[in-house]
Amino acid sequence: MIIAVASGKGGTGKTTVSVNLARMLESNVQLLDCDVEEPNAHLFLQAEPKEQAVVTIPVPQVDESLCDGCGECANFCEYNAIVCFGTTPLIFPEMCHGCGGCAIVCPKKAISEIDKRIGMVETALAQNITLIQGRLDVGVAMAPPLIRAVKTRLREGMPAILDAPPGTSCPVIATLRDTDFVVLVTEPTPFGLHDLKLAVDMMQEIGIPFGVVVNRFGVGDDRVHVFCSEFNIPLLLEIPDDRRIAEAYSRGELIVDALPEYRRLFQSLIDKTMQRQNV
Amino acid sequence: MKIAFSTSGNELNAPLDTRFGRASKFLIYDLENETFEMVDNKQNLNAAQGAGIQSAGNVARAGAQALVSGHCGPKAFSVLLAAGIKVFYSDVPTVADALDAYRQGKLIESNTADVDGHWE
Ligand code: SF4
Ligand code: SF4
Repeated sequence: MIIAVASGKGGTGKTTVSVNLARMLESNVQLLDCDVEEPNAHLFLQAEPKEQAVVTIPVPQVDESLCDGCGECANFCEYNAIVCFGTTPLIFPEMCHGCGGCAIVCPKKAISEIDKRIGMVETALAQNITLIQGRLDVGVAMAPPLIRAVKTRLREGMPAILDAPPGTSCPVIATLRDTDFVVLVTEPTPFGLHDLKLAVDMMQEIGIPFGVVVNRFGVGDDRVHVFCSEFNIPLLLEIPDDRRIAEAYSRGELIVDALPEYRRLFQSLIDKTMQRQNV
Repeated sequence: MKIAFSTSGNELNAPLDTRFGRASKFLIYDLENETFEMVDNKQNLNAAQGAGIQSAGNVARAGAQALVSGHCGPKAFSVLLAAGIKVFYSDVPTVADALDAYRQGKLIESNTADVDGHWE
């Protein structure tokens, strides 16, 4: 069972939901922090580091003595990472997606691949939770390959919770792909509804079952609720706008640890998620 | 020597397009023969990334040694630099005006990329 937690924008409480959900699962669970530009699940877990691995993607390198400047490589590259104007091409490794195509099309076999580092995958243990987080290097804009590297560490047979990056762009899709259920976190405000709609559009496109968690229930209005009932979107959980939650958050504590009365709430989220998956 | 101008039209009186990477065409003016030709740049209009880089490639392949345009990002600038193309910024209305300004030596060569839209 693989559950992803996503939201149309940042700051809705996506990570809060992910980590509390992970802690509430009785069994061993993997928590994958796929928000690789700003991984923050580790802030809530006193996790003990276990393993670190560098993630690279292959980027092309041209042997000038073999290249005749034909430009085939540049024509091929759909990411515009190579430009050629009759001499040895210029390569922009930061734009290269590592598809390897340019090396294949080069008639002179002038292109070889070198590994370019894009970030790290770190594994750590915190009680029942195995935290696997990706961390993109500063200045690198290539999140999807790193997210895929994080996901290759998924161990089958152990439940997993994936904390997705905010938004609805490629890194989010890379995270959600091949998950069983997606929890969309939002706030009951006009902005929250706007971003939720974008996220719902995305979900309908990728066709994975999903439900909604309303965070800071009590602020704002009932538009999100109206929207969900209108479109038959299951409302999985309402997390009240409780000062003590914000305080626990700012101390880096889990809600279910600091405020045991909320355990029932997160347990119900687990139960509902399980039910949804089985239908 | 040839100079490239980014533009949306097909003639000397066409407007100078200040979006270098997303300009639909380049007018390549040959100063020796006083003639010009058009180079299409449309394939870059919808590029998800790297429009500036490939625009710079188009200008270089056209044999231009100078470019008069508007904003140009750091990657495109590095391509132009590698191709030995001098970069000038102008915000005059038409290609013809920009050509005049060039001939009169009124354009200032830029040595840096113009990320925010300010040359200098
Ligand atoms: S490996 Fe693919 S993305 Fe990278 S430069 Fe070559 S063709 Fe472009
Ligand atoms: S395809 Fe090969 S030979 Fe042609 S320009 Fe690219 S690297 Fe050079």
